[in-house]
Amino acid sequence: MQKLSLFTKCLIIFVVLWLFLRFFIGGVWSVPLPASVISMYLGLILLAILVHVSVEDDRFREFLRPVKETLADDARRTRRTVLFVLIPLVMLGLSFSRLSTKADPPAALRTAHPAPPAELTYRDKVIGLTQEVANPFRHLEKDDKEAFKAHVDNGRRVYYQNCFYCHGDDLDGVGHFAHGFNPPPANFQDPGIIPNYQEAFFFWRISKGGPGLPPAATPWDSAMPVWEDHLTEEEIWDVILFLSEYTGYRPRTFGEAAH
Amino acid sequence: MYLTKHSSMNQSKNRLYLFLGLFIIYLLLTAATVFAQDATDTEYRPFPGIGSRNAAWIAAQLHLLFGSFILGVPMFAVVIEFVGMKTKDKRYDKMAQEFIKLCMGAFSTTALMGGVLVFILIWCYPKVMNKLSGIFGPTMIFYVILFFGETFTLYLYSYGWDRMQGRVSKMWHLFLGVLLNVFGTAIMFVSNSWLTYQTSPAIMGPKPAHEAIPLHDESGAFIGTLWQAVNNYTWMPVNIHRLIGNIAFGGAIVGAYSAFRFLAAKTKEDKAHYDWMGYTGNFIALCGLIPLPFAGYWLGREIYMFNNTMGINMMGSLFSWLFIIQAVMIGVLFIGANYYLWSGMTRIAGGEVYARFRPYMIAIIVISVAVWMTPRTLIMSPTEQAAMGGPNHPLVGLFGLMTAKNTVVNLIILTTFLSFLFYRRSGKTPTVGWRKAGNIIIAAIFGLAVAAIVTIGIVGFKVNTDFRVNVLTPIQVLVALAVMILVTVIDLIMYRKARSSSEISWGQMTDRSQYVLILLAITFTSLMGLMGYARSGLREAWHIFGVMQDTSPDAHTPLLADAVNMIAVIIVIFFALVGFIFWLGLWGDKKKEGSPPVEAEAATGDD
Repeated sequence: MQKLSLFTKCLIIFVVLWLFLRFFIGGVWSVPLPASVISMYLGLILLAILVHVSVEDDRFREFLRPVKETLADDARRTRRTVLFVLIPLVMLGLSFSRLSTKADPPAALRTAHPAPPAELTYRDKVIGLTQEVANPFRHLEKDDKEAFKAHVDNGRRVYYQNCFYCHGDDLDGVGHFAHGFNPPPANFQDPGIIPNYQEAFFFWRISKGGPGLPPAATPWDSAMPVWEDHLTEEEIWDVILFLSEYTGYRPRTFGEAAH
Repeated sequence: MYLTKHSSMNQSKNRLYLFLGLFIIYLLLTAATVFAQDATDTEYRPFPGIGSRNAAWIAAQLHLLFGSFILGVPMFAVVIEFVGMKTKDKRYDKMAQEFIKLCMGAFSTTALMGGVLVFILIWCYPKVMNKLSGIFGPTMIFYVILFFGETFTLYLYSYGWDRMQGRVSKMWHLFLGVLLNVFGTAIMFVSNSWLTYQTSPAIMGPKPAHEAIPLHDESGAFIGTLWQAVNNYTWMPVNIHRLIGNIAFGGAIVGAYSAFRFLAAKTKEDKAHYDWMGYTGNFIALCGLIPLPFAGYWLGREIYMFNNTMGINMMGSLFSWLFIIQAVMIGVLFIGANYYLWSGMTRIAGGEVYARFRPYMIAIIVISVAVWMTPRTLIMSPTEQAAMGGPNHPLVGLFGLMTAKNTVVNLIILTTFLSFLFYRRSGKTPTVGWRKAGNIIIAAIFGLAVAAIVTIGIVGFKVNTDFRVNVLTPIQVLVALAVMILVTVIDLIMYRKARSSSEISWGQMTDRSQYVLILLAITFTSLMGLMGYARSGLREAWHIFGVMQDTSPDAHTPLLADAVNMIAVIIVIFFALVGFIFWLGLWGDKKKEGSPPVEAEAATGDD
């Protein structure tokens, strides 16, 4: 059996890794990966292969040998002809697929972390500087466990009366209405949501909703209602306690330790 | 005869540079007085064609790039000169001198771009300049004094190089080099105070809260002292970040220069010299690059502490995509630097024994880079989002979190360190009896460290953020640093009396590796442009954040694509200018080639 050339081996590795990303990670193991991520990873895989084969001159010559033979060797005329027909056809197919009209809107850059205003307000009342305001009932967690539980229970009531239609009964962002929104509602079970934000941030997002989002980094496209029109200040703080207690994730703080 | 002619040419060039420098300073001072007269009447004047902001952007970025180069190079030139003196190896001395010659070419361009920037600022933004000079006036005079100090020290250091070769005079020469660095660093610290003040016009309050204490009253009037304005929230982090960055950037540009000369070299000797010089440049760039993320982390933290909104705009919102581009760029830097090291091992007989580890090292670096550059919010269409079941991928989405990114950064740094270790060991055989045990210990240290870093990274997903940021992340960094220190010590002892089986065949490098050096310089420059834009853009529509609003037509934050295009234009101009300076060096040398005996004489330092 003829030994595989280095070029062929690299090609096989590239294709196997593409299949791995496309069908194993994006299918067997987990949900499909977006095309942008697959392209990015394939680019890196190609770079890794080129780095590996080109460090030493001998290996690089060995890698390029089949390419040179295909282009210049008369014995490889058939292979050359097939490739010279195939490559433009593939390019044609790719161009067509890029340019053809699709029902799906194109992929877009989004940011998912709006910057809160300097001052935290409820309706027209100034609560304080956003980076200094703490949940007024958080201290009860240590000081008065019963009172803390009462606030969490109240938060649970508020959540299941108002929030769960979109954010889901397991707080995982897949409520009844969730599929109608783009972007979808926040998934509080994701480890990147609650631990990355302070409670004051959640207060701001809940109280001001989509209309209160900042002009920077628009469009936000948030359908979140302005809950300060419907909930009391205490109810908003309570629901924040519930989010944390239910998921087990602690919101970030500006405490002394952070300095 | 040639020598006399060459030396008189040098003297004329010397005088020309001196007059040019003085003329620029004279122009600056004159222009400042003239423009200051009506500064209070006019807020803005439009710059023709490209607009005021773009004009100031181009001039400021070019000034900064050249400035970074001329501040970075003397730092390591002095160290290399010192090494040359201690080892009595003339090659080091020659290389340090060549570095400083490059500096001389870039020095006038830096001053020129600084002059252009000041003209643009005074002309287009008189009210801002009036406000800033009202607060920082005394530091501007201090700046001019420092500039004179730096100019004359650089001239003495450069033109006195060949004359000050005696034992005592060499010490004085080294002292001049140190003084040059003191002036250069001080000049950068002074100008950093102006721009950091624009971003964070407040001082840090007392412990434990460290609240930001503003330096202005509600009407915007300055109520602090000059020192408070200088020592604002972000001044010292920017100073340190730039100080280290200058070393990395200087090393990268020197590396690119060496690559250019290597590719143009006709003789084996020249190839060997510029190969060695390129290696040194890359080594210096890497030495600067490795601690740079830590300094950047500190700067980012101070920005968050000064103003949380600004911090979130930087990392999570308005400028967050720049940090993904940054990850790509830093990935290129690390992959490129490792590639260069691995290429270098092919010119050492005995280096091939380490080639078997290379595929694994490539895999670790590339997987780590993939994690680092994966954004938290992926670029996807609504259909892809629906297929994923939400905006964050359950597996790849985790790569977007800081605990994953901190983990892979440490792995990349450790792998790069391992490449260095292999490079250093290539062609050498330790003679100590415990070499096998030593290697096992080193392997165990690496293995345990990687296991610890990865475990901490995984635990980081589960713990609260405060604990991760304040405890786990520093532990990861400390583990990586401890490995580097510990392994270096063991390796130094192990290889102290090592048998050298071969010499490094300088000049036996592939052309590809030289293009990588040029790529590294371009990447460093792009990074500085991009992150400089982020630092400056964070002020949004404020000249002085929260104090003096930008009401000019340019007050908007440009689209990411517009900003990147502008930075690309600046990079092209910068490399065109740098290329010209490189070419001048080559051109000068070509002239010298006509008189080989004198060349040989000049190289010994008797000129």
